[in-house]
Amino acid sequence: MANKEPLIRIRKKDDRPLYQKILIKIVFVVLALLIAALFINSVTKLNPLDVYASMFRGAFSTKRRIWITIRDTCLLLSIAVGLTPAFRMKFWNTGAEGQILIGGLVSAAMMIYFGGKMPNAVLLVVMLVLSMVAGALWGFLPAFFKAKFNTNETLFTLMMNYVGIQVIEFFVDVWDKKQSHSVGVINSETRAGWFPSVFGQQYLINVLIVVIVTAAVFIYLNYSKHGYEVTVTGESESTARYSGINVPKVIIRTMLLSGALCGLAGFTEVAGISHTISTQTSGGRGFTAIIVAWLAKLNPFIMVIYSFLIVFLNKGAVQIASDFNLNEYASDTITGILLFCILASEFFTSYQIVFRHKEEQ
Amino acid sequence: MERFDDMDNNCAIQLKNITKSFGSVKANQHVSFDIRKHEVLAILGENGSGKTTVMNMLAGIYYPDEGEIFVNGKQVTIKDPKDAFDLGIGMIHQHYKLIDVFTALENIVLGLEPEEKNDMAAARKKVNDICERYGFEIDLDMKVYDMTVSQKQTLEIIKVLYRGADILILDEPTAVLTPQEITKLFAILKNMRRDGKAIVIITHKLNEVMEISDRVTILRKGEYIGTVNTSETNENELTEMMVGEKIVLDIARDFVEEKHKRLEVKHLTVINKDGKRVVDDVTFDLFSGEVLGIAGISGSGQKELLEAIMGLQKPEEGSSVVYYSTAHGVHELVGLSTREIISHGLHLAFVPEDRLGMGLVGNMGMTDNVMLKRYRKGKGPFLHRSQPQQMAVKIRDELEVDTPSLDYPVRRLSGGNVQKVLVGREINNKPTVLMTAYAVRGLDINTSYAIYNLLNEQKKRGVAVVYVGEDLDVLMALSDRILVLCNGRVNGILDGRTAVKEEVGLLMTHLKEGN
Repeated sequence: MANKEPLIRIRKKDDRPLYQKILIKIVFVVLALLIAALFINSVTKLNPLDVYASMFRGAFSTKRRIWITIRDTCLLLSIAVGLTPAFRMKFWNTGAEGQILIGGLVSAAMMIYFGGKMPNAVLLVVMLVLSMVAGALWGFLPAFFKAKFNTNETLFTLMMNYVGIQVIEFFVDVWDKKQSHSVGVINSETRAGWFPSVFGQQYLINVLIVVIVTAAVFIYLNYSKHGYEVTVTGESESTARYSGINVPKVIIRTMLLSGALCGLAGFTEVAGISHTISTQTSGGRGFTAIIVAWLAKLNPFIMVIYSFLIVFLNKGAVQIASDFNLNEYASDTITGILLFCILASEFFTSYQIVFRHKEEQ
Repeated sequence: MERFDDMDNNCAIQLKNITKSFGSVKANQHVSFDIRKHEVLAILGENGSGKTTVMNMLAGIYYPDEGEIFVNGKQVTIKDPKDAFDLGIGMIHQHYKLIDVFTALENIVLGLEPEEKNDMAAARKKVNDICERYGFEIDLDMKVYDMTVSQKQTLEIIKVLYRGADILILDEPTAVLTPQEITKLFAILKNMRRDGKAIVIITHKLNEVMEISDRVTILRKGEYIGTVNTSETNENELTEMMVGEKIVLDIARDFVEEKHKRLEVKHLTVINKDGKRVVDDVTFDLFSGEVLGIAGISGSGQKELLEAIMGLQKPEEGSSVVYYSTAHGVHELVGLSTREIISHGLHLAFVPEDRLGMGLVGNMGMTDNVMLKRYRKGKGPFLHRSQPQQMAVKIRDELEVDTPSLDYPVRRLSGGNVQKVLVGREINNKPTVLMTAYAVRGLDINTSYAIYNLLNEQKKRGVAVVYVGEDLDVLMALSDRILVLCNGRVNGILDGRTAVKEEVGLLMTHLKEGN
């Protein structure tokens, strides 16, 4: 026979039990660690186990580091959760960066202009509300044009990021008193508009906010009438219209919410972590959060795991860089290998590869 | 092996032990049969019986997990559509694979070797020869986007003949044709049979099997049931083989004495985005206790008509749809949104053509789908799932919906169960008017009859039922009156008891004078 059966075929297999799916994920994480170890060893001649131990130290070696890991996990998680309502509606909000920045900007402005002029608690509440309004506005524009003229929301939200960056640059220039191209720490003496320590913990409020937001979004999406409308609209606009849902209204309302939650993340960042504003305030988290949201299949609780994983990798990467005198590209590569393997595992949980049958006698 | 010897001249294809599965679904299990030259073989089976799958393996779309294929006595491997072409196998799929902006001739030469492709004059001559030989009528310079479904099908057939196919496989070729077009197609198939081609038609319509085929191969749930000579069988026997049990093939049509006007549609006009009058000055009345069948070739405005009544399409100025109900009084529907129709408590039920794209949410379970039109009920911002859940249980039990749980995504249910959920929900709302679009498309015989019974039951309860259908035999058996749409216009309203199929077919395709 000249013709042969094809060597490899791909077959759909979407009925794997949960334990198999988890097992596949674990196998791929182990695989990622092995590949990364091989990479580390071949490039740097270091013992991979030392490197992994160093990564672990980066995230957990001191109490302070543990708190920072928790803090950053919370920040990333709150953005991912903020994106979730929009994504549930299949509205591809790639504009979290801009929404965070603008929320942060408004917070910083309040700290600069009203710091010390009103009680700290009131100031914080005003900051919270206004940062959410600002984020909502940044989300409203693309949603309005999508609802009325069916513009492409991916491009629109993406471009809004650059508008946000320009606005920040403008205000950094306005507020920059030392010609240092940065605003510097705001109210470093009065600490006005800073999150206070609670029970001696500096970041407890950050954690509290994200816990509330995560639970609220979960309940909103799964148990409220609004959440039902979001899901139906995302599944099929025709079905939504058929059931009497006002689709433009739902699109705008949901993006207001999504934008507001991202704006809130900007507030947390400025008031609770950095106490300054720059184009680096969002730090690419608006995009990383998209990965988190999708890896978790838009389940807010699973996002906790992936947010933590990514923050852990980042902390570890920085630690490796300093411990072994490597630059951060090496550690980025490790992070890349891990994420790549996790994404690849998604394929293997729903497909199966079949090799050519051996010749049967 | 003994079959092998006396077949080698007459047998075009032999399938032996073909098995194919998709995930846990076994589409074909140990299927073996022959396709002969000089014959029309009908592959008969319900939806999901694996008839298209097995043919797709001959056309190189799928590769079998197990089994052997012999073409003209030689074992072959068909890895891709090109292999199939080289073996002289051509398949005409249900969804045509043509380039809209190209002419007929350009579509025919598309994908050929450059020297052949560039000699359009020679190609034209070859195509004309084929047309003459088999009796095709086609304008080779017509663009595909100007063609009717039937013309596109003709083009697809010419395309595979041009490539030298001796074995033609047609997947549900009559599904979208009018009676006149079907007659034409069958005449061509007979010409091809005379010429020695092996022809396979995949179908689930029994009358067509009886009319055109020489032999019938029956598949059921992926398994090969048997092959019979058409001259030695009848529709009842075939149904029994296809379904696995005896079924009465009559559709009941009871007469309801008491009739009240439920809808008065006047001068209803809908213009679509492209500026086309898809529904054009439609006027009719709808009464309780009747089934009004709406016939028409696909895309004659059926969808838009029903959607306009439901407030999903915006009618033009001058349109009027008046809703009469003993319980809710008289309402003008034009100008009301779907939401207002629902919130006013007007009992209009609508089973749309696109079940999972419009009537249901595929990723939601039964409970959440039952809630679709009533999720706003109850106080507060939160959903009240307990009542919809009770309804879901009721629908599941009464209509025998086969689902692992009420939360199981309906998208994963079989087509019949999906439709039961949809129809069940709409009926559960105790409608005054029940409108259905292609309510049995793709459903097996048992489920189809279950749906006919449900509609008849509703009619007897005094519901005004609209039935948009494509199978004229069913439409004529079920409807009390038949409204024929042609290019968005009402081209006649006939009495279902006296209407003749040919007459309906003509009304579907030819606008009457003065209309």
